[in-house]
Amino acid sequence: MEEIKMVKYRKQILVCSGAGCDSRHSEEILDNLKLELEALALENDIQVIKTGCFGLCGLGPVVKIMPDDIIYTKVTPEDAVEIISEHIVKGKKIERLVYKDPLTQKLVSASSEMASFKKQLRIVLRNCGIIDPESIGEAIARDAYLALGKVLKEMKPVDVIKLIQDSGLRGRGGAGFPTGLKWKLAFENKSDEKYVVCNADEGDPGAFMDRSVLEGDPHSVLEAMAICGYCIGSSRGLIYIRAEYPLAVARLITAIKQARDIGLLGNDIFGSGFNFDIEIKYGAGAFVCGEETALIHSMEGLRGEPTVKPPFPVESGFRGKPTNVNNVETFACISPIILKGASWFSSIGTEKSKGTKVFALAGKINNVGLIEVPMGTTLREVIFEIGGGIQYGKKFKAVQTGGPSGGCLTEKHLDTPIDFDNLVAAGSMMGSGGMIVMDEDDCMVSISKYYLDFTMDESCGKCSPCRIGNTRLHELLEHICKGNGTMADLDRLRNMSLVIKDTALCGLGQSSPNPVLSTLENFMDEYVAHVVDKKCPAGKCRDLMQYFIISDNCVGCTACARVCPVNAITGERKEPHLINPSICIKCGACIEKCKFDAIIIK
Amino acid sequence: MKLTIDNKIIEVPKGTTLFKAARELGIEIPTLCYMELHDLNIENKPAGCRICVVEVQGRRNLAPSCATNCENGMVVKTHSTRVLNARRTVMEFILSDHPKECLICPKSGSCDLQNMAIRLGIREIPGTEIAKMSTYRKDTSPSIIRDLDKCIMCRRCETMCNDVQTVGALSAINRGFMAVVSPAFEQNLEHSTCTYCGQCVAVCPTGALTEVDHTPDILRALADPTKTVIVQTAPAVRAALGEEFGMEPGTLVTGKMVAALRVLGFKYVFDTDFAADLTIMEEGSEFLDRLSRHLKGDESAKLPILTSCCPGWVNFFESYFPDLKDIPSTAKSPQQMFGAIAKTYFAEKIGIGRKDLVVVSIMPCLAKKYECQREEFSTDGNRDVDYSISTRELAAFIKQANIDLNNLESEEFDSPMGESTGAGVIFGNTGGVIEAAVRTAYELNTGKKLEKVDFMELRGLEGVREATIDFNGTPIRIGIAHGLGNARKLLNDVRAGKSKFHAIEIMACPGGCIGGGGQPLHHGNSDIIKARAAAIYREDKKKILRKSHENPFIIKLYKEFLGKPNSEKAHHLLHTHYFDKKKKFIVKQ
Repeated sequence: MEEIKMVKYRKQILVCSGAGCDSRHSEEILDNLKLELEALALENDIQVIKTGCFGLCGLGPVVKIMPDDIIYTKVTPEDAVEIISEHIVKGKKIERLVYKDPLTQKLVSASSEMASFKKQLRIVLRNCGIIDPESIGEAIARDAYLALGKVLKEMKPVDVIKLIQDSGLRGRGGAGFPTGLKWKLAFENKSDEKYVVCNADEGDPGAFMDRSVLEGDPHSVLEAMAICGYCIGSSRGLIYIRAEYPLAVARLITAIKQARDIGLLGNDIFGSGFNFDIEIKYGAGAFVCGEETALIHSMEGLRGEPTVKPPFPVESGFRGKPTNVNNVETFACISPIILKGASWFSSIGTEKSKGTKVFALAGKINNVGLIEVPMGTTLREVIFEIGGGIQYGKKFKAVQTGGPSGGCLTEKHLDTPIDFDNLVAAGSMMGSGGMIVMDEDDCMVSISKYYLDFTMDESCGKCSPCRIGNTRLHELLEHICKGNGTMADLDRLRNMSLVIKDTALCGLGQSSPNPVLSTLENFMDEYVAHVVDKKCPAGKCRDLMQYFIISDNCVGCTACARVCPVNAITGERKEPHLINPSICIKCGACIEKCKFDAIIIK
Repeated sequence: MKLTIDNKIIEVPKGTTLFKAARELGIEIPTLCYMELHDLNIENKPAGCRICVVEVQGRRNLAPSCATNCENGMVVKTHSTRVLNARRTVMEFILSDHPKECLICPKSGSCDLQNMAIRLGIREIPGTEIAKMSTYRKDTSPSIIRDLDKCIMCRRCETMCNDVQTVGALSAINRGFMAVVSPAFEQNLEHSTCTYCGQCVAVCPTGALTEVDHTPDILRALADPTKTVIVQTAPAVRAALGEEFGMEPGTLVTGKMVAALRVLGFKYVFDTDFAADLTIMEEGSEFLDRLSRHLKGDESAKLPILTSCCPGWVNFFESYFPDLKDIPSTAKSPQQMFGAIAKTYFAEKIGIGRKDLVVVSIMPCLAKKYECQREEFSTDGNRDVDYSISTRELAAFIKQANIDLNNLESEEFDSPMGESTGAGVIFGNTGGVIEAAVRTAYELNTGKKLEKVDFMELRGLEGVREATIDFNGTPIRIGIAHGLGNARKLLNDVRAGKSKFHAIEIMACPGGCIGGGGQPLHHGNSDIIKARAAAIYREDKKKILRKSHENPFIIKLYKEFLGKPNSEKAHHLLHTHYFDKKKKFIVKQ
């Protein structure tokens, strides 16, 4: 059992061990810091803590010094010595490792000063980057299991369910179903056995909010699952997590063991007579297994494919018993709601979407990482303030929300307050909270093809529109990107997309054409350029590009002709050269070689 | 539940699907995957094809009518523009990934997909020039060919194989565009637990699953002047063959079938029913022997005895219950008894060697193809039954030979192996074998004459049935199962030592042989199966002799050739042994 001791340290060094930082050797930084402190006999004075994700994933590995509130970014293991000798010993800030604001070009060392943190409100991520995720003591010091105790000792299940309903919490997995109502339905379906399932099958490319919560604050989920179990009358919890999340799995295993050891899971929790334990079920990483019926089939050892609802899992789920499935982020909201009250939670957000939402910011944005903002924050605030704007000062083109089957929103949507209903109205969706930003260099036809490539691959193949239709959409997009499309193809693209949405069995197929439909809606001119002018305005579609030599710039040095692997370039020495487009394979070798900017792509 | 479908108001009980409610109104919503065999309690409802979608007012997307329950106040449209466009587009998707070789497809003419394309008036499939196709390795087993390029993922075969038969040989593999139904790890069917019951073939809407066609081999034999080709026809064939020629289900075509087989060139047209009577003599005697020893307290006499005429069932217990392989009767199936007698007794009678005699069987079954290929049913590499073809193959064969079955005069089977009793006929129905056995065993055991030969308590379509027959004061408890899933339930009891039965009849196919994997396709209509069952009982009723041991030609066969039932010679020719398939099949990739 973990010993919980109270020691006063002069300073604390927090080292992020989220998967992003971990993959850039934050473990080694941690070791080096400890070694250096030991060498200077400072280990009883300065504490080094391994934490969960800070959210600054594009800047990792991240090290934070408290109480100075200074964040160092892109730290290497070699920097550890300097951090100790300069900052800890001499009290000097290491300017080189301080974050530079991409918009103002100013150095910002205090996290409270960083633009990305200013607009954030951290409820789900309340402990990520603050506590050691492998210490239940630190979690308890931050109020973990307090809500469970309160619920078991002071509240009846119906009261808790009422509280969750009043808070307005909606499922964070994507569809936004009211959580309290789900619990109520699971409570009302009588059965000798019921199950609480945590859906940790986070499958959207670029989304990692669930992983970060499990890696950074696993107890928040375990506690909420126990609360849910108490409410619906279940003593068995199951966490369905993909085996590709080894760190999250390891931290969950540790957390479950710790909670069992001190009686926060198991029999007679808090002497209340309530029993609850949690088991981990591993998924093989199929995207469709995030759909709750498919998830349940997968847990039962069956093929991970969805079945028609009703019956809903709350009626007949795992092994045919009432099963309440909630997403990681949803569970992470529960304890704060119980401790701070429904009206506190419902005061945050918009009319129909309460609380906060975690987003994974990715793509052509300066601050790649994880953020949590109140519902109702606009896309502009997220992208340009928190996200620090577009990389290299390029022009914003679109943002795709909701993962691979979300829609691409444009400039005109930037002032839309983000919530479940607004995003759907704009032709996209909340999804699990992926947010991918695109700039002027991105071809929207290729982008929708790229997303279909993913959903096509991840379709389970059960229903015809998703199994075959998505492949047909992908083929047609490829056809268009090759310059073989016609205007009639665009009509067909739209019709196929609408029919797939209208007829597919589960959420995967019902949303997979969204990237196509939203780009057709918002970037029709780009499609037209591809099919009519046979040009790719963003210069991304290789088959629609052509290489030219500007005669005025060409000095006839022959460098390009010599490097061309297919002998497509001809010309006399000291005379302007020519590229034969029927031979050219568009490899780009000539452009790289030309010192006179004489070769261009059109 | 009161709702409106296509402007018509209907009231239905709770739990009724939109599909069924529409059908009550005379609206036949098209579907490719949904299938219900009501009387057999079989339903395939993956809601996967999405052809049956309808528009429900207030609902965001279209609803699959097969899997959506009626609700009060629903307003449903089954042919709005939105529905028709969606249905056509989905159909185009399905067709875009389906080979366009209808002209030479074995399913052509009876293909549900082809019929749907006709019904929906599909005239072109847009995008064919850029559409890639999902293609797979073709797999041929002794009975069944899998051509998965034609699979439309309706999952009917999977439902039959897993839910109904509990064989578990077929399940969906791969994902997305390449998803298809196959044995695990894409093994050959031959290396799976497949029993060749053929129920997958019987329900496949396309040409993805078909039987191995043996008619060319038979044509070759018929054309060979050195061969004497004889044929036997199983009882269930005569009750279904007419369907292939436009006759009402349940039409008996025994005489026309005999005439057609003569026209086709078979030298002797015999009846498997004769061998069925013989089976009763052997199996019945074996049962009475085991029973009397058992009642005397002989522990080596194991009960219940299980019937062994169904090769699908034999394959099933060899795979799943090899530990019980000494429980079934050792009697060969009628098909193989016929072959064994034909190639010895009959060949001798007409004075030719076994190699010059070609025995063909017409069966409602695909497992029979495999059965006749089993090594133990050959002598010096010469099979007892050379070729087995299904009812469907016979129909095709008759059509190829320009024979108009409808206008043929009825003819009689040849003697001696064409003579049978009503007991032999009812082998075609579930419960028939055990009823035939009871008719004989009762008289042989009690020495009394049966007053009433119709044992109604043994008939019906309930999956598992039981009855107790009074054998002169000894109650004989009989169990019946059809469909291998039902068989498994009884077998599990036997394995656990909990079975209360003295004898159990098992048929692999739902309904028995009349619902066999080689029969004309029922297209999901269980009334057809019921009509065939009734026809079989009609044929039994018509017979003057209805008990196997009264068949004068069986009596003669024992007198002239075999001696007594279960004699050494009978044992040698008419009995077999079983294998542990788990040991027999070692999978080699």
